[in-house]
Amino acid sequence: MSSQKLVIDSVSKTFLEKKGGKSTVALRDFSLKIGEGEFVCLVGPSGCGKTTLLKLVAGLEHASSGYIYLDGKLVTAPGPERGLVFQDFALFPWRDVTGNVAFGPEVLKVPLAERLRITEHCIDLVGLSGSGHKYPSELSGGMKQRVAIARALANNPEVLLMDEPFGSLDAQTRNLMQKELLRIWQDNQKAVVFVTHSVEEAVYLSNRVVVMTEGPGTVKQIYAVELSYPRSRTDHGFISLREKITGCMAEECR
Amino acid sequence: MFLLIWEGAALLADIPQLFPTPVAVIVALGQLLVAPGPPGMVWAGELMSNTLISLWRVVVGFALAAVTGVFLGIIIGWWRNARDLLEPVIEILRPIPPLAWIPLAMLWFGLGFKPAVFLIWLGAFFPILLNTVLGMENTPHKLIEVARTLGAGPWQILFKVGVPSAAPSIMVGLRIGIGIGWMCLVAAELTGSNSGLGYMIMYYYSTMEASKTVAGMLMIGIVGYLMFLGLKKLEDNMLFWKTA
Repeated sequence: MSSQKLVIDSVSKTFLEKKGGKSTVALRDFSLKIGEGEFVCLVGPSGCGKTTLLKLVAGLEHASSGYIYLDGKLVTAPGPERGLVFQDFALFPWRDVTGNVAFGPEVLKVPLAERLRITEHCIDLVGLSGSGHKYPSELSGGMKQRVAIARALANNPEVLLMDEPFGSLDAQTRNLMQKELLRIWQDNQKAVVFVTHSVEEAVYLSNRVVVMTEGPGTVKQIYAVELSYPRSRTDHGFISLREKITGCMAEECR
Repeated sequence: MFLLIWEGAALLADIPQLFPTPVAVIVALGQLLVAPGPPGMVWAGELMSNTLISLWRVVVGFALAAVTGVFLGIIIGWWRNARDLLEPVIEILRPIPPLAWIPLAMLWFGLGFKPAVFLIWLGAFFPILLNTVLGMENTPHKLIEVARTLGAGPWQILFKVGVPSAAPSIMVGLRIGIGIGWMCLVAAELTGSNSGLGYMIMYYYSTMEASKTVAGMLMIGIVGYLMFLGLKKLEDNMLFWKTA
């Protein structure tokens, strides 16, 4: 199917513990197809392998079995076509905003003029124009996460992987960042895989919400969110879907 | 206050050749400043020529230690194999006090410039090495992962993530290293040299001119402090992002 951007095909991941040779199954037989420009949220109890899945897609970990394809190509290692955004930002503290955003184009040896143009564009896109010379220690949590998103976007990735990116932000900043993320996503129409433990966030943002089972993680249920953007959190459809998904998750925790 | 107590105690003791007063030390400093330097450096005066000689040794020895210590530290701190290979040797050599190398240094290098540089290198090398290793090992794993997802190759990760991330630790190593190097220098000059501040204070010990010995000690303290300040300043300028 040509419209499938990212295909995760019955992926399992087993971690061997260093001591005692015990093994933990983080993911079992996880399959998911993500379409071009689709926004998918993964929700599930902590320890259900959400982060592991993202790391597998990013290429930072190798699947014990199963395959992951991006545009039909097998994922074996990290690559700039898959941008990853961490919860704790992971900015380079010795680089200013511009330097952080320019990191990707820099290591990919994009010519300087082009690099500057991309960097400036991405900084504008996340609403940080004029803060290019600031260092991460001078930025608030929300601003740091904007930098992290701009940095991931600077490589113009085919898919953006986000691991609870707003988890450490205060409620107000989080709501603002959700709006901003939707705006950015609607601007550039990249596929997004977004991990969160907040059902509300998932329903607010995504086209589909994937509920995962408690470890080992598998797909429990997939909900299509057929509400038009911008969404209202007090809308009847919004609330009922949120409750439905919350109920599904609660079953899992029992 | 401290100077007053010193002055009083020295006057009471009344043995100026052993326990000089601060005034005598200042006079001695003045005398050493204007006294002609050794042949070839007559213009600099005795005090400044010996200071310059000592400084030059420290600069050379410290530069060697910085280059070798940081270079090896990056290798050992970054690659596990290198660490397994080199760590045992280093751990055995490290507890040997630099001063214990003085006899060997004199055997190998004779007197003067070379043994002093060797000892400074030895003294400064280990703190620089160990702090570099520590800094490299503590590179946040997450930053390495981010760099990989952004397309960085292994060498780019080493130089664009590992080294800058270790920079604060490396600077600490350099600061400790220059302090220890300076101490080693003076020790080396006390025994294995016929010039430099260490030699100078030893010389005035043999002539029983304690005021000049103390003047030399004062100079050693001042220069050591200035070097420390200089490095601290450099550190603050380079690592402004840490506290910005």
